Amino acid sequence: MHGASVELVQVSKRYGPAVAVDAINLRIPEGAYCCLLGPSGCGKTTTLRMIAGHEIVTDGDVLIGPREVGHLPPAARGTAMMFQSYALFPHLNLLDNVAFGPRMRGVDKAARQKKAREMLALVRMEALAHRLPAQLSGGQQQRVALARALVTEPSVLLLDEPLSALDPFLRIQVRAELKRLQSELGITFIHVTHSQEEAMALSDLVVVMNNGRIEQAGTPREVFSRPDTAFVARFIGGHNVIVLPGGKAMAVRVDRMRLLPEASPTTPLSLGARVETVEYQGSFVQLRLRPLDPALGTTELFAVVPDDAFAARPFAVGDAVTARWEAGDAHPLRDAQPPALVPALEEPTP
Amino acid sequence: MMDGMARVSDTTGKDARAMRRGRGTAYWQAAPFALLFLVFFIVPLVLTVAVSFWRFDDYVLSPDLNLDAYREVFEGCIDKLPSLCVTFATYLSTLRFALMAWAATLVLGFGIAYFLAFHVRSVPVQMALFLLCTVPFWTSNIIRMVAWVPLLGRNGLVNQGLQAVGLTTGPLDWLLYSQFSVVLAFVHLYTLFMMVPIFNSMARIDRSLIEAARDAGASGWQTLWNVVIPLCKPGIVIGSIFVLTIVMGDFVTVGIMGGQQIASIGKVIQVQMSYLQFPIAAANAVVLLGIVLLMIWALTRLVDIRREL
Repeated sequence: MHGASVELVQVSKRYGPAVAVDAINLRIPEGAYCCLLGPSGCGKTTTLRMIAGHEIVTDGDVLIGPREVGHLPPAARGTAMMFQSYALFPHLNLLDNVAFGPRMRGVDKAARQKKAREMLALVRMEALAHRLPAQLSGGQQQRVALARALVTEPSVLLLDEPLSALDPFLRIQVRAELKRLQSELGITFIHVTHSQEEAMALSDLVVVMNNGRIEQAGTPREVFSRPDTAFVARFIGGHNVIVLPGGKAMAVRVDRMRLLPEASPTTPLSLGARVETVEYQGSFVQLRLRPLDPALGTTELFAVVPDDAFAARPFAVGDAVTARWEAGDAHPLRDAQPPALVPALEEPTP
Repeated sequence: MMDGMARVSDTTGKDARAMRRGRGTAYWQAAPFALLFLVFFIVPLVLTVAVSFWRFDDYVLSPDLNLDAYREVFEGCIDKLPSLCVTFATYLSTLRFALMAWAATLVLGFGIAYFLAFHVRSVPVQMALFLLCTVPFWTSNIIRMVAWVPLLGRNGLVNQGLQAVGLTTGPLDWLLYSQFSVVLAFVHLYTLFMMVPIFNSMARIDRSLIEAARDAGASGWQTLWNVVIPLCKPGIVIGSIFVLTIVMGDFVTVGIMGGQQIASIGKVIQVQMSYLQFPIAAANAVVLLGIVLLMIWALTRLVDIRREL
């Protein structure tokens, strides 16, 4: 198996007047682990399905390797898809499930069963080859679905929310498994998820999508440390989006906010605020602040302080403080999206 | 300590009482249907079996336990082989009708169900088309059959049309009062019984399975054969049971659409009843029941319906 690059050129998908994907451009290098990240309805699954060939592109080109594949059926694209519900055939045992693709392509029985056994061994499920899918746990079904997708030796594997049906503990385990397989096989993985944590942990390339558009694409570190838009800053978490009275918007990481006693007026590098909540989180303390300057609107801000620093200089609810940041920590945002429909912080990343 | 234990035993006692009461309620709730079932199904069935063993001569029926009626039904059947006795010939003819009707309703029912389940995207349209399929059931069986007469008769619409177009020179006789018209009527009457269970099975197929098959490189036909049909098996078996049991016991359709010229086992039983030959009729009915039960058993061996339901 070897990977292939995937390129989308001005790709759109419209359902009547509704635009699901709006003229996106994206290049995924071969052998990369790419995550399409975004809230539900952002067009990430539609994008994946267009690459797979399960949705027809309304406009634009899909290239896999050097070939334009827009008109090809899924099986001719060199892709394989792993479905969110796993979509294992309930009437076939695991071996026959995995051997389904080769069987449809006319591979003889001995060869396809040998291949299927290899794939089941790859995901460590060979011992249960004769079970039916209904007799497996969710995690086991997921591995079989992976084996079935890999049996046709795709150069691009497409995964539609592969971890969302698993419990949190298993999710982390399977996540590591996915990463291991990807680096072992060297094929391109495109993984749709709404969890920024998952995307950060897995990907070489994170593509943050919103409203059918790509907000930002880059390495996890690029996206996290320099979010381009207010949406990305909020969705990826760990950032405060501050819109200064002039209309200039910027993102400051919550762990780069320094708190000083006594409120001071708003400047490009500081603002006065009142402490609204203080939450002890173990290695750090998270404070929710409300700016005093009415020009800043009702934006909520967060600050994360290491626990020892907080212990040395504690703040209580109701205290007036000044939040300061370095010029280098303030990243200007391309847009000044009206604040805080999405909470600024779901899972702080200290 | 004692107090705690007393409380525990008290609550378990209460639970057991509640459970007993619950079980009693369940029996009461099942009772009306059980009673109905007993009076209208079990009792007649037992009576039929009992009467089939009665003694009979030209004028008198008397309770007994002998096999005369069965002997009468199969009289000469073994000696005359390989040529068929009346009973065997009748069973064979009935079986042939059943198989033809089954095959036709299966193909049609599956096709319609497939169209409704996989090609009609919107649920309201699906429901509207589904209701349309039940339109034939707004009139009685007999009227639905008689309605074919002006269509298929010697001077019926079809014959007139064919002659007008020039496809035939004279009227086609086999359109009405023939095997063709009998099977046609069966298909008309019973396709819905095949279609509904198959549709039900199809509606429960996860659509991503179809996509997964396509993703694995299956063509449309391969998907149909390897994914859709296996997953529809319970529906197919239930529909088959409906159609086969109805057609095997039918005597009205064969009578009307066959112009009273075609034999079927139901018809034979009806005639014997009309001559008051109850033990023979009962014996025939018991044999028929046995055969139908065998067919159902064979079908359920193919698919474990209980598991699939």
